[in-house]
Amino acid sequence: MQIRAVIIMMIRLAKRSDISNKKSMQIRIAAIILALLVVSIFLAILRLNPIMVYGTMIKGAFGSPYNIRQTIIKAIPLLISALGVCIAFKMKFWNIGGEGQIMMGAFGASLIALNFPDMSKPILLILMFISAFIFGGIWAFIPSFFRVNWKTNETITTLMMNYIALKFVTYLQYGPWKDKAALGFPKIPNFSDNATLPEIFGVHIGWIIAIIVTILVFIYLNYTKKGYEISVIGESENTALYSGIDIKRAALGALFLSGAICGIVGFLQTSGVSHTLSVEITGGAGNTAIIVAWLANLNAIAMALVSILFAALITGANYIQTAFGIPQSAALILQSTILFFVLGSEFFIRFKVKFASKEKKAEEVA
Amino acid sequence: MSSELISVKNITKVFGKVIANSNIDFSVNAGEIHALLGENGAGKSTLMNMLSGVYTPDSGSIFIHGEKVHFSSPKDSIKAGVGMVFQHFKLVESMTARQNILLGQNNKLFIDEKNTSNSINEICEKFGFNIDLDKYVYDMSVGERQNLEILKILYRGADILILDEPTSVFTPQETKKLFNIMNRIKEQGCAVIFITHKLDEVMEVADRITILRKGEAICTVDKKTTNPKNLTELMVGKEMDLFIDRVEYKPGDTVLKVSNLNVLGSDNVKLLKDVNFEIKEGEIFGVAGIAGCGQKELCEAITGICNIESGKIIFKGQDISGKSSKEMMKNNIAIGFIPEDRLGMGLVGSMNIVDNLMLKDYKNQKGLLLNRRPLIEKAKKLVEKLEVKTPGIFYPIRYLSGGNIQKILLGRELSLNPKLIVMAYPVRGLDINTCYTIYNLINEEKQKGNSVLFVGEDLDVLMKLCDRIMVLNSGNVTGILEAKDATKEKLGMLMVSNADKGGDNYDDTAC
Repeated sequence: MQIRAVIIMMIRLAKRSDISNKKSMQIRIAAIILALLVVSIFLAILRLNPIMVYGTMIKGAFGSPYNIRQTIIKAIPLLISALGVCIAFKMKFWNIGGEGQIMMGAFGASLIALNFPDMSKPILLILMFISAFIFGGIWAFIPSFFRVNWKTNETITTLMMNYIALKFVTYLQYGPWKDKAALGFPKIPNFSDNATLPEIFGVHIGWIIAIIVTILVFIYLNYTKKGYEISVIGESENTALYSGIDIKRAALGALFLSGAICGIVGFLQTSGVSHTLSVEITGGAGNTAIIVAWLANLNAIAMALVSILFAALITGANYIQTAFGIPQSAALILQSTILFFVLGSEFFIRFKVKFASKEKKAEEVA
Repeated sequence: MSSELISVKNITKVFGKVIANSNIDFSVNAGEIHALLGENGAGKSTLMNMLSGVYTPDSGSIFIHGEKVHFSSPKDSIKAGVGMVFQHFKLVESMTARQNILLGQNNKLFIDEKNTSNSINEICEKFGFNIDLDKYVYDMSVGERQNLEILKILYRGADILILDEPTSVFTPQETKKLFNIMNRIKEQGCAVIFITHKLDEVMEVADRITILRKGEAICTVDKKTTNPKNLTELMVGKEMDLFIDRVEYKPGDTVLKVSNLNVLGSDNVKLLKDVNFEIKEGEIFGVAGIAGCGQKELCEAITGICNIESGKIIFKGQDISGKSSKEMMKNNIAIGFIPEDRLGMGLVGSMNIVDNLMLKDYKNQKGLLLNRRPLIEKAKKLVEKLEVKTPGIFYPIRYLSGGNIQKILLGRELSLNPKLIVMAYPVRGLDINTCYTIYNLINEEKQKGNSVLFVGEDLDVLMKLCDRIMVLNSGNVTGILEAKDATKEKLGMLMVSNADKGGDNYDDTAC
């Protein structure tokens, strides 16, 4: 007992009163490096040379124009959905329903694409965009409406909305929207050519949209009144009340926007990548986006970098799969280890760990 | 006298720059009820938190049953026999009384129902508790919950009980019951430490009284040798000379008229009860009272932040009762507000000075985008005029000292040319120079013919700075005094006399 007590005494946690951005970035980067080291051990157990694996991953992600294009295609949905959820996060509203909002955005786009396949391309694409935007927005608006009026827990409701969206699309896929030409195979028909996004430099124009959205979100958060209001609300609802901000209205508006931006992802993924709607349309982007937004410290520009890095992890992982014959899950382990360490590092950003000096230890024993 | 159960020697606790307890000596005997008396911020809670292992003292030592102890958690203190009943109960609502008592007590896998029930019943009988052990906590009244808390602590073997303002939400009957139990505990040779600022209760149950003021133990007195007047004097201290200039008071028209104002709290408790007063042009109107007597609600009702139940607030002939802060801003109601919680309400800590100035300005700007340019100029001027020490106007303000933060808040509110400025504890936690800067700014406003509602805790300051002082006591106005007629004793009496009971049973507290 005595000895145990002493060991507990040796470590003391002190709440950091404040921490500079530079210091917290340092802690986060240290966490990533540690994660890479831990995964190295795992790779070593698989009898692989970690340095070679990491090197091959980089080659796989950026080694050729084709690989770079693949990485960018993977980065687009991550970036845009991260921008979407970050608007909610700025307000300390935990929108973890990115998946559902993307799904509903995809549904919105498909609704137009499948019903008006012969409309002229520009008009059709614009209508698909608007429809995706609105459906995504509504999907975030519903839980936020309950939150601002009845204080429901948005973490749970936004998550539940994901399942509703997922099951709804499953229903469409197996039911009313099932492709009759697919010989009984449960899939939704492919979009017409007019509903397909054009390409620039070999990548669908989603990358241009991603750049535009990044800039717009950056401006929204830093240079507009609405963006200012949501930062105030996120920092302190009392201050918002004090300064006469209409919290309900500002929150509902921001949440609609948050979901609507995720909805855009649904449009891009259906129209630009898969050319149809399916239950796999999100590719997990809505969840990974949460990580991207946090790692970037909710900074729009940093999110662009982080999402490219995450996309590189994914394409790199696909590459080592064939190069070394290891399962893709090895790369997923790398990803989740990084996440684990970075989220864990939040603890060290908030608390300082102090080790009690030896003299003090002696005193405690005595 | 019987033996000392607890004794504290030379205890000091410092939080940042604030000395919460300085060299406190204090002891409690077996079989006594010992009252700790003091204003808010006198250091009562800090001291008790150290006795119950929540805080560790920076220096000094604690002896319990004559043995020196080192508490690193409340678990250690309960092992040593010290149990604390906090103002906010620590009970699990969805469990029964019995489950709450046993919670965390048994390290074995199963609970020995028979034995534990027997020992709980024994304690109940011994101390006269009347608790249904199978009742769920959510079904219990406040009084029952508190009895349960005390029972829980006694079951854990405590013989020193600390009660932190136990009667603050009680009806007189509940208070009576509690006092009975306290006396039973005392008869069993245990000790009770009773934190309060209600003098009548002290006079009723306590044996000895220790008075704390500004982190120091002033003295310990026997109840038999003292009276409420004497205690009040000890609590508030002698009048101090402050060098606050007095600006001549030339009252003008009425600026603010509050009539029959009632404000309800979240659990439908009345926090302000029929409050009436008027503030004239060019007047500094002070509000005194023990903290939590409705000061916050008063300020927030006037500034449209909290809802009012009934009553009227007239500002310069305009009815503003029930108007939200948003509507007030839209209608250019010139009331400034310095809230008590500066970073939690008045400012945004992670933002810089410019963005904080924007808080009250951006709504008047045209278009969707923010225009920071005029505010950069304003921020520079503010920093220069009020001598704010900051690395730059784009530096997040939460890294600045409390005094500089307050200067920014005050500077922003004054720059909007308010006719009335409501201030809640504007000098709390500030160094003496900043305090004087703020007093001077307040006097400047007075000279301009503007009015100030000043909620303060230091009676010396209130008497020197204000023209009239209103005393709030549990949401009631117990008096409005001209500052020149006010003395610390008079104010102190109004602050601590029992406002609810109307003094019928307690004529010794009359003033």
